[in-house]
Amino acid sequence: MATQSTALSRALDNRHVLSFVFLLPAGLLLLVFLTYPLGLGTWLGFTDAKVGRSGVFVGLENFQYLWGDAVTRLALFNTIFYTVVASIIKFALGLWLALLLNKHLPFKAFIRAIVLLPFIVPTALSALAFWWIYDSQFSVISWVLLRLGFINTYIDFLGDPWNARFATIAANIWRGVPFVAITLLAGLQTISPSYYEAASLDGATHWQQFRHVTLPLLTPIIAVVMTFSVLFTFTDFQLIYVLTRGGPLNSTHLMATLSFQRAISGGSLGEGAAIATAMVPFLLAAILLSYYGLQRRAWQQGGTDK
Amino acid sequence: MNTPAVAAPPVTDTQGMAYLDTRTRRVMTVYLPLAGFLFMLLFPFYWMGITAFKPNEELLSREGNPFWVRNPTLAHIKKLLFDTPYPDWLLNTMLVAVVATFLSLLCSVLAAYAIERLRFKGSRYVGMSIFLAYLVPPSILFIPLATMVYKLNLFDSRLALILTYPTFLIPFCTWLLMGYFKSIPFELEECALIDGASRWQILTRIILPLAVPGLISAGIFAFTLSWNEFIYALTFVSSSEVKTVPVGVVTELVEGDVYHWGSLMAGALLGSLPVAILYSFFVEYYVSGLTGAVKE
Repeated sequence: MATQSTALSRALDNRHVLSFVFLLPAGLLLLVFLTYPLGLGTWLGFTDAKVGRSGVFVGLENFQYLWGDAVTRLALFNTIFYTVVASIIKFALGLWLALLLNKHLPFKAFIRAIVLLPFIVPTALSALAFWWIYDSQFSVISWVLLRLGFINTYIDFLGDPWNARFATIAANIWRGVPFVAITLLAGLQTISPSYYEAASLDGATHWQQFRHVTLPLLTPIIAVVMTFSVLFTFTDFQLIYVLTRGGPLNSTHLMATLSFQRAISGGSLGEGAAIATAMVPFLLAAILLSYYGLQRRAWQQGGTDK
Repeated sequence: MNTPAVAAPPVTDTQGMAYLDTRTRRVMTVYLPLAGFLFMLLFPFYWMGITAFKPNEELLSREGNPFWVRNPTLAHIKKLLFDTPYPDWLLNTMLVAVVATFLSLLCSVLAAYAIERLRFKGSRYVGMSIFLAYLVPPSILFIPLATMVYKLNLFDSRLALILTYPTFLIPFCTWLLMGYFKSIPFELEECALIDGASRWQILTRIILPLAVPGLISAGIFAFTLSWNEFIYALTFVSSSEVKTVPVGVVTELVEGDVYHWGSLMAGALLGSLPVAILYSFFVEYYVSGLTGAVKE
């Protein structure tokens, strides 16, 4: 008995045995519920699986069908439009807010804490608040604009295709700006004030300091933050599901919501999985782009590959 | 400084003007935009709160000032708590979030320690793949996971959520903890090894106590992510008794064409409060978790 337990404890002191034991729980969970489904999802995209019936391999049939499908094409356009517009505005506003928060302010910590609130509450629930704010009959925005004399009738925020696109983008920006701002603020705080002192001694204006000191030093973190932001935005689901369910006339359908509609509501698992799989190349492109952007910058600044 | 203009030499005068100028400038360039940001970011919460206490007559009227409540009522909250399964949803969300968080933390601590400190062959690649796993979005996993959940007979159960949430919690927590473990000096471990401590003792007696801030960060973050999760809970659960708050409110409180805005907003408010309160206690840990995960 005693020898057995010492043999066990000796084995556990071996780095490789112990590493294996320590990695087992996380590895098992991730292999079963992440890696396997990732493969399964790709496989399902090549089958005609329906709910309750495992399908057979049909090759590229799903993708061919989807490529010719007007709704899928519209969803692809919507997703790219949504991602590009929302990401650019989130970046601009987030950087601006980060620069504001980096100044000397009273109640700085408190302000920083409440700025992050939109990011931490459940998106599905804050989206409900936006749904109410965008209500076609009782929207508070319409109420204010009407009183100010800008409009004559209440705006149909979610009933008109382009209105709905911009309304959902606005809600996405509202949720994403705090994330961009707080992470960029952390980056700004690592920039040593001595750079600014040196720059101002050399007579650099505020704009020049921002352009030639802040921006280059912030680029690596901007690349990471924007990769995450693009990733979250491209695969967004909750906001659209709550606000419009893809309507009106599919004008706000994203790839994620369309794949949910086809696979879960419609029962065509294969088709839904094919749409989800089609998102992967775009995600990979976004990741690679930022990864190489990041490396190039580190090298330019004389830094080494981390 | 504010000597009468006649007596004041021109230099002081211009300085005084400049002082005023920068002050106005500061208000225009810092305080005003900041106030605008804060208004935009907080207004939806104000709107949620005020709607939750407004009686229906005021909600469905275009007259009067919508920004204030004339006759506040608790009817919506009462309806929510006593006439809907809302308390069940709260309990479910709490249960799923707490169990998934602890499960993920346990797995992540062990994995992060192995990757960062045991330095086995290929630990770099395992670390890389953990980071890649973190980038896999739930929107491309929910369909295959739904078929698995169904085959494993887990459909419509809390266990389905408890087992699938770690797919996004473990990569995040492991990544975060790896950063924390990295900052703990190797010498501490070497001393303990020389004194005859086993690896398990080192982990529990030396590393973990030093990594408590990291554990709190990871725990708070994981809890919030689980509480807010939507697409898995929407797909893997269909009975009202097992739903989580976000899914329950969105799928069951929206009935037909007449929206009960009061109880909907009350549901959104009450569902946001637990994470908001938890967040308010641990802001620093949360922020360091958020920025740490991005910075590494």
